Amino acid sequence: MVEQEQSQSMVSERPPVVAEVVDLNFFYGDFHALKNINFYIPANKVTALIGPSGCGKTTLLRCFNRMHDLYPGNRYEGGILVNGENIISPKVDPIEVRMRISMVFQKPNPFPKSIYENVAYGLRVRGIRDKSLIDQKVEEALRGAALWDEVKDRLHESAYALSGGQQQRLCIARAIVTDPDIVLFDEPTSALDPIATRSIEELMVSLKERVTIIIVTHSMQQAARFSDYTAFMYMGELIEFNDTKTVFNNASHPQTQEYISGKIG
Amino acid sequence: MTNWSIEELRENIKRRQIVSQIFAILGLLLIFFALFTLLALTVKMFIDGLPRLSWKFFFSFPSRKPEEAGIFAAWVGTAVVMMMTAVFAIPIGVASGIYLEEYGKKGWLAALIEVNISNLAGVPSIIYGLLALGLFVQDWNLGESILTAGLTLSLLILPVIVVATREAIRAIPNSLREAAYALGASKWQVIWDHLLPYSLGSILTGIIVALSRAIGETAPLITIGALTFIAFLPDPPFTSQFPYISFAWLKSPFTVMPIQMFNWVSRPQAAFQANAAAAGAVLVVMTLLMNGLAIYLRYRLRKGLKW
Amino acid sequence: MQGRDNLLHRRRLEKVFVAVALVLIVSALLVLLSLTAEMFIDGLPRLNWKFFTSFPSRHASDAGLLSAWVGTVLVISLAAIFSIPLGIAAGVYLEEYGRDSWLAAIIEINVTNLAAVPPIIYGLVALGIFVQSWNLGETVLTGGLTIALLMLPTVVVVSREAIRAIPASLKEAAYAVGASKWQVIWDHVLPYSLGSILTGVIVAVSRAIGETAPLITVGALTYIAFLPESPFTSKFPYVSFAWLQAPFTVVPIQMFNWISRAGTDFQANAAAAGAVLVILTLLMNGVAIYLRYRLRKAVQW
Repeated sequence: MVEQEQSQSMVSERPPVVAEVVDLNFFYGDFHALKNINFYIPANKVTALIGPSGCGKTTLLRCFNRMHDLYPGNRYEGGILVNGENIISPKVDPIEVRMRISMVFQKPNPFPKSIYENVAYGLRVRGIRDKSLIDQKVEEALRGAALWDEVKDRLHESAYALSGGQQQRLCIARAIVTDPDIVLFDEPTSALDPIATRSIEELMVSLKERVTIIIVTHSMQQAARFSDYTAFMYMGELIEFNDTKTVFNNASHPQTQEYISGKIG
Repeated sequence: MTNWSIEELRENIKRRQIVSQIFAILGLLLIFFALFTLLALTVKMFIDGLPRLSWKFFFSFPSRKPEEAGIFAAWVGTAVVMMMTAVFAIPIGVASGIYLEEYGKKGWLAALIEVNISNLAGVPSIIYGLLALGLFVQDWNLGESILTAGLTLSLLILPVIVVATREAIRAIPNSLREAAYALGASKWQVIWDHLLPYSLGSILTGIIVALSRAIGETAPLITIGALTFIAFLPDPPFTSQFPYISFAWLKSPFTVMPIQMFNWVSRPQAAFQANAAAAGAVLVVMTLLMNGLAIYLRYRLRKGLKW
Repeated sequence: MQGRDNLLHRRRLEKVFVAVALVLIVSALLVLLSLTAEMFIDGLPRLNWKFFTSFPSRHASDAGLLSAWVGTVLVISLAAIFSIPLGIAAGVYLEEYGRDSWLAAIIEINVTNLAAVPPIIYGLVALGIFVQSWNLGETVLTGGLTIALLMLPTVVVVSREAIRAIPASLKEAAYAVGASKWQVIWDHVLPYSLGSILTGVIVAVSRAIGETAPLITVGALTYIAFLPESPFTSKFPYVSFAWLQAPFTVVPIQMFNWISRAGTDFQANAAAAGAVLVILTLLMNGVAIYLRYRLRKAVQW
């Protein structure tokens, strides 16, 4: 029943796509957390995952870079196809996935190292030793994260000297320094004040040209403000997926309407 | 660099994964090697000691003839000394832990006490022996007795119990304290009705660990004058005359299991080595039982309380 | 007003506890401190250069700590070399690789049990393996290995606790940029937990310094009037490992020996040796506290 409604609510003409989610199921032990998810991630767009607490949006996001592999007892079924390859297949090394799909977390989590080393880490992990190349990529990433001007004179100070908003932008720089295909954002502004939130949102819009963004957000306003596509999830199911305007103004599913109008959630 | 082809990417990952796997294998091998050696030797000790582990062994006094020697005086001594230690160390240690964690958290006095306790926990046990010799034996004239031994070992494990109590209490979430205060409980009621019951499992575990360390101590007890050859038991605590209980046993000389074992190890005859192995096996079983009890208690009491 | 009476009663109960606890703690500490002070005063006359550079002797006033402190330094260094790398590696393995498997559970139970086994048992076990099976003799090497065995479970336990205290979010951040498990361990887990691990290791070492029973069991001597051979020689290859094969004694055993002699002169020697041991452990504790403070300040989350 749900699947039928889902296919009705899909957009008719497809934009260029970087990732396709096919019949994705996910289990925490015996708990069936994601049920038959089918949708796609349009290239160079911001796709927002919204829904009430516990609906599975963060669980879905963490499937994209195989974060669930870090903990025992988790199990995937189905597929997430990137360039025609199923990245959740056990045959694919999760490290390979994470090298192409990076992540920004809910709370800023810089390493207890210098600002420079935080950004450079993604390059060092790959065995890159060329200092001038690292310098150049670090600067590019910090500029891309709109942080360069604030930190260029203190690159070797501890990252913990930065404010919360700056720390989160540093984490974004860390995530984009390796030129990933997709960057995942897990409620990146929930721990920040409104001004810092604003600057992170503007940053995400500017990043679109370089990467595809998938963002989990608690705030419908945030999704409406700057995402291009929106997926609404409820109780582990994908209820509706469409361009953001349609989802917010003309949702085809009553549950989506109720959530957006604030009746559930 | 970052726009590697998929082959280059996989090559890079493979190189890094190999390091991870080498460590995993090496780590496992080392652990196994160490554990197996220790286990094999413990088993060997049990096998060596097994022929001596009879009823008679537990109820004979030491003797010059190895086949007649037993650990009667030693295990009674260990039991009595441990009881004395527990009686002194547990109430004082737990009370101090509560005080330091809940009352004396700030202030120079608390800081001073804290530094002293953490330093005391690191002082070698033989120093405690020397201190106890000066205080209990020479100043207080308690003699080379069970009472002295109990006091000495309780000094030794007091810091351990204090630290365990503090950690157990610190692990209780603040939200539970606030919930109790919000209902109008006094600090003491919060401690008695909530903190103590919730941390009891961890505190007990810490106490048992401390006692099982005390069981194996030799140096401080020899220093205060434990004997190695004792062919009698302490006076019984109950008498036939009024007031029917006697504390004469507190003043008795004593020996304990590890000292007895020590004594046998240092003898040249192989037969005494078998006795030492048997005493060692008893000691290991005792500590394992205590450890098992600690693990069980932690498990039981943690299951009832989760936050 | 009944409410106030009730409150007053509850407050009084609390004050009694506070007073009793404070008196107990302070008096216990005062007793210990004054005894330690007494030991220092007793030992002070003997604490001079000669005491540290003389061998034991039948004359209390000539007797010194030389062979004992050299023995302690050698035995403890060896024990640290063997047990610290192995213990940290085991801790990392158990925490990062072997979690939640039956194998890890078995190893875990064994390690916690071993940590509780009395030291004298380690002495007996070491006598069996190092002296009797491997024929290492009653040597510095045997002493070091014995103490290493004794320290190992403690080092494993403190390493695991230190590693467990690192927030998962930091490890996830490293994995999320494509780090391998080993890179996460080497670049993050080890550096961030180093402070706590070192603190725990120092506590383990300072406990090991005071051990007597297992060393006497494996055959440490109480009267040694010579030093082990020098580790450096004038001939190629300039280093020699003959000192590993030397018989040895350690400070607490020497102290033990003096305590058990009649005559107040030797008691003063024992007090002096005790003072040295106490200073040594206090210094190590101080280093541990300082390290924890320094490294915690640099690594905060």
